[in-house]
Amino acid sequence: MEILFASAVGILTAAGIYLILRKRTFPVILGLSLLTYGVNLFLFATGRLMVNAPPVLNKYAEVPYTDPLPQALVLTAIVISFGMTAVVVMIALGAYLSAKDDHIDMVEDTKRAGDDA
Amino acid sequence: MNHLLIAPVVLPAIVAPFIIMVLRHHLSLQRIFSLASTVALLAISLVLAVQATDGTVQVYELGNWPAPFGIVLVLDRLSALMLLLTSGLALTVVLYSIGSGWDARGRHFHALLQFQLMGILGAFLTGDAFNLFVFFEVLLIASYGLMIHGGGTKRLQAGVQYVVYNLLGSTLFLFALGTIYSVTGTLNMADLAVRVAELSPDDTALLRVGAIMLLLVFAIKAAVLPLHFWLPASYANAPLPVAALFAIMTKVGAYGILRMYTLVFGPEVAATEGLVGDWLLPAAMITLAVGAIGVLGSREIGRLVAFGAIASMGTLLIAVALFTPESTAAALYYTVHSTLAAALLFLVADLVMERRGGDIIAQRPMAQTGLIASLFFVGAIAMAGMPPLSGFVGKLLVMDAARGHDLVWWIWTVILVGSLVTIIGLARAGSEIFWKSHDASHIDDPEPELAGNDERAELEQGVAPTPALPFIACFALLAGLVLLTIFAGPMMDYTEATAAQLFDPNLYIDAVLKRVEP
Repeated sequence: MEILFASAVGILTAAGIYLILRKRTFPVILGLSLLTYGVNLFLFATGRLMVNAPPVLNKYAEVPYTDPLPQALVLTAIVISFGMTAVVVMIALGAYLSAKDDHIDMVEDTKRAGDDA
Repeated sequence: MNHLLIAPVVLPAIVAPFIIMVLRHHLSLQRIFSLASTVALLAISLVLAVQATDGTVQVYELGNWPAPFGIVLVLDRLSALMLLLTSGLALTVVLYSIGSGWDARGRHFHALLQFQLMGILGAFLTGDAFNLFVFFEVLLIASYGLMIHGGGTKRLQAGVQYVVYNLLGSTLFLFALGTIYSVTGTLNMADLAVRVAELSPDDTALLRVGAIMLLLVFAIKAAVLPLHFWLPASYANAPLPVAALFAIMTKVGAYGILRMYTLVFGPEVAATEGLVGDWLLPAAMITLAVGAIGVLGSREIGRLVAFGAIASMGTLLIAVALFTPESTAAALYYTVHSTLAAALLFLVADLVMERRGGDIIAQRPMAQTGLIASLFFVGAIAMAGMPPLSGFVGKLLVMDAARGHDLVWWIWTVILVGSLVTIIGLARAGSEIFWKSHDASHIDDPEPELAGNDERAELEQGVAPTPALPFIACFALLAGLVLLTIFAGPMMDYTEATAAQLFDPNLYIDAVLKRVEP
């Protein structure tokens, strides 16, 4: 399970970083989303991976329990990254509609002729 | 518990939604409430600063949960100084935006400003690393709104870059916190300090990775080279009064470095010894050099001031990176100075932008050119660090603090040459904008184009500005600089006491964890 989990975090992060380095806003925003998924999983794993263990202490019996704090952190991180993604989509839409161009950099219009990679 | 401690977070958190929900169609009421809230914040910060001067560390436990289980707010000398600086700066920015009509050019300016203040003040007060992340997000999400206030193509494009860059920074922050938590099992800063000190030096590879990632996060916020790329475009394209408020945001990064790397990963901690200063010092020197060159090469007044702000962050971080009590005291003095100086120049740049556009070329003279030119001159003196203003004192203190260091000649050379290049750049801009415009050959030029149609539309949208208020705001900042120069002695006493407190983290840890003296 550890290998599966670790490679999932790694692949999400790598894909996210690759997409962030693209030229247009849409892939960049997708990349940011993937990166936040990666970090959410990573945060979840910082309390160690446990299966079938509740995040509460049981004072009557010795049962395994999992660390509840990372779960709270992940919840916070999910809410924040969700909100931030909405904000960046709105701002990028605004920029796209007013500039008629969704490149992420701010090169002068004249320089962009013929460059459509 | 002293409930005043949480007031800097709660007050703007109440005022901002109130402005959005109740006063959304009443601009004058919004202004009154925003101004009243900012004045109240300044008063609260003053009271807290007075309480902090005796060197006690006050702790506020949220929900009465004891640390390290609950979140704590901590007030020490450093927090109190930053609170006072932030609320003072905010007051001038609010006055300026009301007077210049900037707050009427888009919606929700005052609400966003209050949320921004909540985030910044909270970040300075919190004693919990994850809570620091949350307050960073609060201040960032408000700054996204402020950054694109007023709209316009270039501003929106710059806004996208700014948001993407900072989202990346936030993700890195989470990775860093996760790594640190997985090693130590806590995120309370005082508790972290205890646990990190207990770790055996052979078992700290993961912790060091976390510490460096955290440093990168703060370096992004502080615009340290090579992570500064977001700053020039965002500050130059943001509404310039907002950029003046953003002058404190780079200091949030510097505050983070100072706090985490004296308290948690302090100089004596074996696990991370020498890890930070060795990397930060060269980066800070290059930051100063690039900032100065940027000042020289800017063709637009907003970018000019933005690069000036980068250069001053370079000087500040050189002092931080030395990690001695003397250099930290100098860094704190320079923090106050450079915030006020950068804000003053941003406001003056806005005065120029409003009247003639931001390009640094000779055009026909503008209204009130003498007054604005004098303000620019004084602001440039402060930013470049020439006598008689506090920039000179600050740079002298930084250089004096570097005297015992191995790289002292490098540091002195970079600071002095950087200052010289900054002076040349500012002088060139000033003479192009203010002097050559009086050259007779330019008078017959046709009416100069403002930088773009967006700006012109903005100007027409704005309600009739109050002519005196922007100048009052500028003179208030100037008065702050003058006071900082005159009272440099008492101020240095305070910053030296602050540095002593920072380098004795046991005080902080004992107060937060309620450890009894052995």
